[in-house]
Amino acid sequence: MFPTPIQKRPRSAQLTYQSFLPLALVMWLLPLIAVAVFSIKPASDFTQGNYWGPPGSFELFNNYGQVFFNSDMPRYMLNSFLITIPTVIGAVALSAMAGFALGIYKFRSNIWIFFMFVAGNFVPFQILMVPVRDLTLDMGLYNTKTGLVLFHVAFQTGFCTLFMRNFIRQLPFPLIEAARVEGIAEWRIFWYVVLPLMKPALAALAVLIFTFIWNDYFWAVVLTQGPESQPVTAGITSFNAQYRAAYHLMSAGSIVAALPPVAMFFLMQKHFIAGLTLGAVK
Amino acid sequence: MTTAALPTTGPDRGGRSWYKRNEIAVTPWLFLAPAILFFAVYVIFPIFQSINISFYDWDGLGEATYVGLGNYAELMDDGAFEVSLWNNVKWLVFYLLAIPGGLFIALFLNQTVTGIRIYKSLFFFPFVISQVVVGLVFSWFYLPNEGLLNAILGWFGSDGINVLGDPTLATYGIIAAGLWPQTAYCMILYLTGLNAVDPEQVEAARLDGAKGWKMLWYVIVPQLKPATFIAFVVTIIGALRSFDLISIMTNGGPFGQTRVLSYYMFEKALSEYGFRMGYGAAIAVVLFLIMMIFIAYFLWSMWKEEKAR
Repeated sequence: MFPTPIQKRPRSAQLTYQSFLPLALVMWLLPLIAVAVFSIKPASDFTQGNYWGPPGSFELFNNYGQVFFNSDMPRYMLNSFLITIPTVIGAVALSAMAGFALGIYKFRSNIWIFFMFVAGNFVPFQILMVPVRDLTLDMGLYNTKTGLVLFHVAFQTGFCTLFMRNFIRQLPFPLIEAARVEGIAEWRIFWYVVLPLMKPALAALAVLIFTFIWNDYFWAVVLTQGPESQPVTAGITSFNAQYRAAYHLMSAGSIVAALPPVAMFFLMQKHFIAGLTLGAVK
Repeated sequence: MTTAALPTTGPDRGGRSWYKRNEIAVTPWLFLAPAILFFAVYVIFPIFQSINISFYDWDGLGEATYVGLGNYAELMDDGAFEVSLWNNVKWLVFYLLAIPGGLFIALFLNQTVTGIRIYKSLFFFPFVISQVVVGLVFSWFYLPNEGLLNAILGWFGSDGINVLGDPTLATYGIIAAGLWPQTAYCMILYLTGLNAVDPEQVEAARLDGAKGWKMLWYVIVPQLKPATFIAFVVTIIGALRSFDLISIMTNGGPFGQTRVLSYYMFEKALSEYGFRMGYGAAIAVVLFLIMMIFIAYFLWSMWKEEKAR
């Protein structure tokens, strides 16, 4: 193990490490801690210049109540869910199938199709922006959640296929051969043999894509406008325009907007990290 | 198998047996069809469409006029384009600091003391949060009078600086904000990489008297190569995609000094500065070509690995 386990070091080093750990964490998360404190401060603190001191009074319920009952935030949150969840389902379904095809079958263009997905996944968004916006307008889906979902599904399929295909490659191939000898139809092999083995990959991808899509801002701005269909990342900017310089409300709004992916991460930690580190460990 | 042979679908019978005979050859294409369709319509075709649009003068609504390389010629004399390009270079160079930064934190956290799992997750926190929120938080952190940065600088007797209002500093201020989540990402990559480091090699090196930096550089880092590769890929892409932070923190200002290609393109094509789709597309093509260098390199390394298998 590297570095040397702290247990093998002198007692003093151990104590230093143990006390330095929380200190380092507080420094690292200082910006977030500040926002959390902001979000429970009263408005008067900011007008009196008490930005970084302790809160003048405890206004948690007031501030968050404002966000939930007196703004468009709940609407934006709902939009975010209605965009994110269908995208996750769509992208994972498409890529599970594509990954199966690329991972199991040998045909000449296999590697080129795979590379097409990988390369497409790395492309800068801007080169897609004008045509995708036109396409969405032409289909009458501009400023709808459906328009956003369709694009996200298509784009995320690139990354997901890369992930799925590499995962399927690591499955024991004799299992599939055995199934074929039994005369099982190919789609049944997918459904009954491969899919159950892919559960960890499906979970990891679902969590990861959820976070990516929830946090998307660029496409939300390009393809939607207004509270009917914008997700929370875009909504928070208009929320801020509404409460300009009302730091306590802006903070509370930001925290609410950030919560779902954070909750997702803590609930599904293991899968999340498995998704991020794909290919990093062999 | 007997059920499959029953003539249940009548006229379809011929097709069915053809499918049965070619099942292994046809199935992958059936499985690929939806993904390829979506990907082609929304990703592959638009790339070529954008390249095409970049040869036109077009406001997005009316008639497009063919101008050949006119847009690219205009880019050559566009001061704002030059600034954006240079800022992209800054992003590429300084964003890479996330890699050693992530490695450093990973080494710091790679211990087994009580509660370390919670620490690791909390250190990872910034990456899970939307860049919009990160941008907001950092713009408050940098506030000229009330910001925490200047409060801290004030303790050391400094007058304080207006990071985001200063044309020379602003880009670095935004990159610093971007480094925060990116370092967390690299950290988690290295933490899993460190898990896979071969303990026997470490012990052997230790017996040979290697320790500290030497051990890290000659024994550990080579074993972390896969993690470094992924960290490099995601960091380069992140640097070239930077848009959210700039849009939230400065809107390209002050005086357009924090624009990068991705932001400048958006501004030209889709904002109050006018709907110059052709010109925007030309900027996007330049960005795409820069990205292509890296994409080609990534694909080449992946191809080598595939062949080695």
